[in-house]
Amino acid sequence: MSDEQDHKLEAKSDYVADASSVSTPDIDAVPEAELPDQELYHSHSWWTTYVFSQDAKYIGIQYALTAIGTGLLGLVLSWLMRIQLAFPGLGWLEPSSYYQFVTMHGMIMVVYLLTALFLGGFGNLLIPLMCGARDMAFPYVNMLSYWAFVVAVIVLLASFFVPGGPTGAGWTLYPPQAITAGTPGYNGGIILMLISLILFVAGFTMGGLNYIITVLQLRARGMTLMRMPLTIWGIFTATVLAMFAFPALLVGCLMMTLDSLLGTSFFMPAMVSLGEKLTHEGGSPILFQHLFWFFGHPEVYIVALPAFGIVSDLLSVHSRKTIFGYRMMVWAIVGIGALSFFVWAHHMYVSGMNPWFGFFFATTTLIIAVPTAIKVYNWILTLWRGNIQLSLPMLFSLGFIVTFLNGGLTGLFLGNVTVDVPLSDTYFVVAHFHMVMGIAPILVIFGAIYHWYPLITGRMMNETLGKIHFWITFLGSYAIYFPMHYQGFVGVPRRYFEIYDSPYIDTSTLLLNKFITIAVLIVGAAQLLFLYNLFASARLGKKSEKNPWKANSLEWQTPQMPPEHGNWGKELPKVYRWPYDFSVPGAKEDYIPQNQPPSEIIGAKVEKT
Amino acid sequence: MSKKKSIFQLLTEKPWETDQIEADNDHEGRTVNLTKQKLGLRTIMAASTVLFSLFIVAYSDRMLVSDWRNMPEPWLLWLNTGILIISSLVFHQTTKYAQKEIFDKTKNGLYFIGFLAYSFLIGQLIVWYQLMSTGYYATSNVANAFFYLFTTIHGLHIIGGIYFWGKTTSKFIKRSHKKEEINNLIDICAVYWHFLLVVWLVLFGLMLTS
Repeated sequence: MSDEQDHKLEAKSDYVADASSVSTPDIDAVPEAELPDQELYHSHSWWTTYVFSQDAKYIGIQYALTAIGTGLLGLVLSWLMRIQLAFPGLGWLEPSSYYQFVTMHGMIMVVYLLTALFLGGFGNLLIPLMCGARDMAFPYVNMLSYWAFVVAVIVLLASFFVPGGPTGAGWTLYPPQAITAGTPGYNGGIILMLISLILFVAGFTMGGLNYIITVLQLRARGMTLMRMPLTIWGIFTATVLAMFAFPALLVGCLMMTLDSLLGTSFFMPAMVSLGEKLTHEGGSPILFQHLFWFFGHPEVYIVALPAFGIVSDLLSVHSRKTIFGYRMMVWAIVGIGALSFFVWAHHMYVSGMNPWFGFFFATTTLIIAVPTAIKVYNWILTLWRGNIQLSLPMLFSLGFIVTFLNGGLTGLFLGNVTVDVPLSDTYFVVAHFHMVMGIAPILVIFGAIYHWYPLITGRMMNETLGKIHFWITFLGSYAIYFPMHYQGFVGVPRRYFEIYDSPYIDTSTLLLNKFITIAVLIVGAAQLLFLYNLFASARLGKKSEKNPWKANSLEWQTPQMPPEHGNWGKELPKVYRWPYDFSVPGAKEDYIPQNQPPSEIIGAKVEKT
Repeated sequence: MSKKKSIFQLLTEKPWETDQIEADNDHEGRTVNLTKQKLGLRTIMAASTVLFSLFIVAYSDRMLVSDWRNMPEPWLLWLNTGILIISSLVFHQTTKYAQKEIFDKTKNGLYFIGFLAYSFLIGQLIVWYQLMSTGYYATSNVANAFFYLFTTIHGLHIIGGIYFWGKTTSKFIKRSHKKEEINNLIDICAVYWHFLLVVWLVLFGLMLTS
């Protein structure tokens, strides 16, 4: 706030003192509402309250639990793969099962866990509450979105039970091998995978429509775009990205389904399989790669942007300090979102494309590092001289910054064509993307769950269990992925179910494989602690006071906590400031909620940022 | 509604400055002056545009391979195109009748639009039947496959449109909602009809010229 503002506020308070009136209507005044209040659907039966709910908060929880449940399967699959890699002598897995597990692990984690949890889970829970709306714009469509997701998950899991098992084509599902004999699940599992993805995209489009319209049109009075919490900016931009990126996946999936079921030749070239010439001819596998990565790269940011937004809010609340460079953070989110559509071919450097094309994409990839670096600097500057509370959300946020920085730096290596070529398809790549879009967003998810748990249940999660969970997860992840960088440098290829006694593979990698696997088992088991904490605290946890973290954003200012159906009681909140007024000099408390009228905080001098 | 601002102006606001605080406190809470249904339709149209554009990109890329054999365009496709154009024109006129609150003409217009939409779908199915009976299967050449794919996706969009047309028409006949709400819905359906006409013209033109 500028100096003039201070004078003005003081002048106004003088005026108030002179007039000796109790309230100061002139500075609290907000024009009459021009828009009618939202009509809400009220459930009448058990089914419409608990199963086919149209309340966004409830749908968010449904989304989150379904996603976490599916993600646990992905975790178990990673255990099975790691045991195979560490102890190949046991004959633990068939090569085909190993490929199937790799594929399902990848797809589950990226799409059915992270995307569904960030956008479906946190999006539904937080968008109406943080924007000051009663519910989403189209609650019925929102419910359909969740149930389409459930059907998608069921179809995906059904592929474990069809003859031939799930597809083993890798999560990128490249044709022609994905639908050609010799690949596990080439005629059953892959079809279910494609159908499941098509359903997911259809369901997501319905949800995404809700998130976009709610953020744009249903905010509380006084909530301008530039007063929105960064969480909402992140989720909103990610949703816009998803609405533009998922059609590419849909196109690829539809055309591959036809290639497989009808025998068309969209992606399938003329080829000989098992000594027989197939009927396909002329199709372009590279076309699929372009379509897939035109979806696949924005997908990385669909996961990362909500994490960026959420972590910005967690850092600000738990260091009792204004987010550093709010506008720059917003621009970075929007800029990263726009740039993310121009970098997709850096996943395809070794696909045989023109080197100049690769050069273009290497350049755009390095450019996108600029707004990303701005965000990292701003997070660190937010912490600078802040009143840092080492609460669980803060610990996880700090873990995120370090992990994201680590994964981002290895991204610089892989973004350059010449450095990427020798590292391509090695464990260096595996380590990079797990750090940057596996561990980093998962740490934010944990932080966010610890942070918003009281809002959902009215109770706190256990702090001690949470700290044990944090340290095992954080240190354990480094025990897993640091050695993988080294393995990549010495040339261990990814996707091999067994490293034979090759003279080209250093024996140290075998020992490291055992070490990594033990770390994986421990880290995975530590998640049971988290699950126990999650479910047990709903009954046993310490009762939370209202607004336990003393946050400013609207979700904590509902009349009841946890918020009830319709969120806001009789009257919708009115917003007078952004959500980052922490430790304001002269204010009674070290935080000023967004809906606190100016008359109650006269004398507070908001710092310039 | 405050005066219109460009995205650039919105993103450069400084929410902590005095003047901005006073202006922001008056903000009514929505970004653009549209009903949520209208903005929702625009969002869906944007996503659909991306979908069809990607199909067109795939088509153009695949066209260059030497195995591409052009498909003949049955004359019935011209008739179907005509039906779509007429239904768009009728819808345009119907929205005007709805504005002027001429109940009978609006009702007849809506019925006629439904009839045209169903006729279009049946016409497309007959085209499919004709093509298949003359040996142009999806498997025989990828150009045929693209034709079936395009007509299916476009047809599904039309079916979605018919669903919302049905809901709107029944609300209109029953007069169960306020006039502005129903007119809003009729406007939305009309815009969607025009959108699908444009999509069809682009797809048809693409298949004609290649």
